Amino acid sequence: MDINNILITSGAIGGVGLTCGTALALAAKFLAVKEDPRVEAMDEILPGANCGGCGFAGCADYAKAVVLDGAAINLCAPGGNEVLELIAEAMGQEASAEEKRVAVVMCAGDSEKAPRKHLYNGVADCTAAAAVAGGDKLCKYGCLGYGSCARVCPSGAIEFKNGVAIVHPDLCISCSACVRACPRNLIKMVPVSKTIHVVCSSKDKGPIVKKACQVGCIGCRMCLKLAGDAFEMEGFLALRNYDIPVENELIVEKCPGKCIVKCGASEAPSPEATEPTPSEPSTEPAEATTEGQT
Amino acid sequence: MISYVLIVIGAVLVNNFVLTRFLGICPFLGVSKKLGTALGMCGAVIFVMTAASAVTWALQHKILNPLGLGYMQTIAFILVIASFVQLVDIAMKKSAPKLHGALGIFLPLITTNCAVMGVAVLNVQLKYSFIKAVVFGFAASLGFALALIIFTGLREKIDRANPPRAFQGVAIALVTAGLLSLAFMGFATLVK
Repeated sequence: MDINNILITSGAIGGVGLTCGTALALAAKFLAVKEDPRVEAMDEILPGANCGGCGFAGCADYAKAVVLDGAAINLCAPGGNEVLELIAEAMGQEASAEEKRVAVVMCAGDSEKAPRKHLYNGVADCTAAAAVAGGDKLCKYGCLGYGSCARVCPSGAIEFKNGVAIVHPDLCISCSACVRACPRNLIKMVPVSKTIHVVCSSKDKGPIVKKACQVGCIGCRMCLKLAGDAFEMEGFLALRNYDIPVENELIVEKCPGKCIVKCGASEAPSPEATEPTPSEPSTEPAEATTEGQT
Repeated sequence: MISYVLIVIGAVLVNNFVLTRFLGICPFLGVSKKLGTALGMCGAVIFVMTAASAVTWALQHKILNPLGLGYMQTIAFILVIASFVQLVDIAMKKSAPKLHGALGIFLPLITTNCAVMGVAVLNVQLKYSFIKAVVFGFAASLGFALALIIFTGLREKIDRANPPRAFQGVAIALVTAGLLSLAFMGFATLVK
């Protein structure tokens, strides 16, 4: 083989490579985008979970928003107070801690307490189930139990007990993914220190609720009488006003619908907790159509 | 004019890059889980393949052929395509940050997309003129986009349909890809 061939080849390919390399080097120099070093530092501080709980596209996006656009510094829920303090230090701001919020499923109608009206055999997905004749639960507001929320939960905090979703507050990272996933809008973010919830979302009148579920709010206003402003009514549904503490905890036992529950800060609101007096036999037997497929 | 139409139909349907030529399988399986990311990838591939067709055509006909270096084609193309993608990445970051935000993460992935390399080599093998090469590159990337979008739609549906455990995930995806490929065989006699 002629030595010239080798020289030409290496020269040409080397030349192409050199040209490309030079072009890249020049481009890197002249087209460089000045990135704020603080953005990078902020990105380091954030947990990098990219959960989107802050409302931005991811940790990098939030870092940019905090540094450049002056976004609120207390939006990173998974990071908690540690990250908040680091961000505050980096930005020279006071750390104004916002209490951690955890997801709570506002329904306790499990397969024993809330009967199903038909047998749903389709795709095991709540949105799909809700689209077929308004869902297979007799209660048109209740948890369908097909696990759409558990599937989007990045931390595995949602468990299904007897066909109803339960969030474990200590595992919850406050990203609100489940809130967006639930087709029935049953999941709410509530301050973690608040332990008394109204675990019903049915807006129906009392008799209809009673037929559909054993642990439903019948709109009797008992909680308003006993605990005052800590509850408020929306139509026939009592809602917990989390700004005001519940002073009279008797309401948990007195609630005729048994839908007001108290659970410890690290304890999930389990359907068991809805019956503080287990000796009391349930007056309405569950209907026989409860072979829901979950 | 008719020859350009035939090139487009041929590259999109008859000899679809993914489903008939089996090029670009990695992104086809990799980014087909969500429609949003699939669309981003399609945009980036359309842009890079069209531009890479032009660049590699020039390289082949202006540098390699005159020097009689046709056998260095593969290495030279890899070199040029990789640097070209990097260059586009840098330039886009500067001039169109919005577009970079949407396509940015897909650009480095394309460096390893064999469909880009495939279109460059085919342009030479089929002896296309410059304009035909660019049209072919564009049409080939459209074919890639079509296949990826159809496949993503199917996969999103299949994931919800709860396949038997043994088939879940990649297994059913490969079966689907095979059936889709068979379906595209139906276009085989569309253009002679």
